[in-house]
Amino acid sequence: MKELKISVKNLYLKYGEKTALDDISMDITSKQVTAFIGPSGCGKSTFLRVLNRMNDLIDNCSITGEVLIDGIDIYDKNLDVVNLRKRIGMVFQKSNLFPKTIFENIVFGPRLNGVNDKNTLNEIVEKTCRQAAIWDEVKDRLNEPALSLSGGQQQRLCIARALAVEPDILLMDEPASALDPISTAKIEELIHELKKNYTIVIVTHNMQQAARVSDYTAFFYMGKLIEIDKTTRIFTKPSVKQTEDYITGRFG
Amino acid sequence: MTENILPRHQFEVSPENSHYSKKIVRSARIKETLIKSYFAAAGTAALIFIILIFIFLFKEGINAFNNIGLSDFIYGTRTMEDGTVKTVYEWYPTSENARYSLLPLLLGTLLTAIPATLISTVLGVAAGIYLSEIAHPKAKEFLKPVLELFAAIPTVVLGFIMLVIGATFFQDLLHPANRLNAFVASVGLTLVIIPVIASLTEDALRSIPMDLRNAAYGLGATKWQTISKVILPAAFSGVSASIILGFGRAIGETMIVLMASGNAANFTMEIFRSARTMTATIAAEMGEVSQGSDHYYALFFIGVVLFVITFFLNLIAEMIISKMRKKNTF
Ligand SMILES: Nc1ncnc2c1ncn2[C@@H]1O[C@H](COP(=O)(O)OP(=O)(O)OP(=O)(O)O)[C@@H](O)[C@H]1O
Ligand SMILES: [Mg+2]
Repeated sequence: MKELKISVKNLYLKYGEKTALDDISMDITSKQVTAFIGPSGCGKSTFLRVLNRMNDLIDNCSITGEVLIDGIDIYDKNLDVVNLRKRIGMVFQKSNLFPKTIFENIVFGPRLNGVNDKNTLNEIVEKTCRQAAIWDEVKDRLNEPALSLSGGQQQRLCIARALAVEPDILLMDEPASALDPISTAKIEELIHELKKNYTIVIVTHNMQQAARVSDYTAFFYMGKLIEIDKTTRIFTKPSVKQTEDYITGRFG
Repeated sequence: MTENILPRHQFEVSPENSHYSKKIVRSARIKETLIKSYFAAAGTAALIFIILIFIFLFKEGINAFNNIGLSDFIYGTRTMEDGTVKTVYEWYPTSENARYSLLPLLLGTLLTAIPATLISTVLGVAAGIYLSEIAHPKAKEFLKPVLELFAAIPTVVLGFIMLVIGATFFQDLLHPANRLNAFVASVGLTLVIIPVIASLTEDALRSIPMDLRNAAYGLGATKWQTISKVILPAAFSGVSASIILGFGRAIGETMIVLMASGNAANFTMEIFRSARTMTATIAAEMGEVSQGSDHYYALFFIGVVLFVITFFLNLIAEMIISKMRKKNTF
């Protein structure tokens, strides 16, 4: 039996008057990949942002319910959000590198934590770039602008940047949706590699991708969690008909 | 322009083409051409006016060279009571032995514009950051129009306020050498420049994509770290352009400095003494000067200098802004 990492209980989220997440409860297992699937607008990104409290930045967003990470309520009033986000890396759908050099992008997080020693930073850059499978492509151009990289390279650099803060959870919102098949394959390989050390949650619109990379799959529909189960089970004999319809493309 | 349009126009109304759908196409095309030529004409007219102003200013400015000479714009000589002749930097265009040194005026301009720009940079950039990053949308909805309203107050009103209230306030507070001085004028200038810098800074910061903020917060940056390490550096060129434009405005501003600076063309670096700027000199003296006199041409020469300075400041700012635009299109 695997260890429990994240536990969500009766979570409701509203944007103004509009309910975006409706009574979500789920458990996410440590050092496994959990995929979120579901039609556009069903609340996958919103739920992902719940897990590192990025919704705090949205003005009219209100949340009730409980989210426990390692048994600690992350919506507790006394919890330090900044520290929470340092423990949870996030990779966005569109790569969002800073207009700085490749090197400065990766060490952004460590620098926030007060790491300024040149050797330590160099080590962090090499280590995370190797983890993100981009070291060979950037090692000779660390001082070039990060935005000069290709889209696929930028996305892997975003992953490296997220890893540099040494999180133990990695949230990925459609990290490969804008990439070609080769870059996508690289990122999927990477996810396989990373799950040895990280708990990974990935949003994807690509059913094959969900089937390939994830251990668990959660299906969302209109702000509700329809079901979550082992990926093999969801893709062979899901317990809810809606899930089956969605996966087989008979949705509507 | 019209010669260009006519031939095609005639071709289009020829009887062979009088089919219904072609009629629509044709009338749309005529409308298009009319709109295009209207804007072309308006644009050309504006350009011609600017060029004419330019030519006029420079023609009169060059006359100044012929009548007065470059060295006289820098220094002059004065015979003292004991008969010795001294080199002086004075603006005394109406004296019998007229002296036309621009240096005191240039100093006056810098002595008011530089402190004003420094103060306005600190406060204006802070206000821009507040508006773009910190203020609640509701507060912003209220503050932004107030700021724009402030920028629209006639400068003569601001000058008057400085003359009556500001000068007395600073006299009691700092006991300056002259009641009206460069410092009072600078403070008056900040009232005009802070809104300029604040609103341009806000524009520059707002143009930074939300994605970058999310990236920073996602990595565990605090609000202040996000602003100082990501947003401000990314908007650096936009913010510097706003400061340069503010500086240009400070140099070109007339009414406030005319009323609050004391208007004595002192050759001095002391900010608490009266000063006289280039703009105020033109405004104050142009009305009384007889056309074609040396004094008249000297005033035009000041105009040329001002034109050149503000032209280059705007050019630099424009270059920086266009660079910023390129950089921010991800
Ligand atoms: N900042 C916001 N303010 C108001 N409503 C929002 C906001 N963000 C998302 N929503 C709404 O919440 C719902 C869920 O959005 P969300 O982005 O989570 O969907 P999603 O499942 O990620 O969709 P997609 O697959 O298209 O990315 C949508 O109806 C959306 O319109
Ligand atoms: Mg989404």
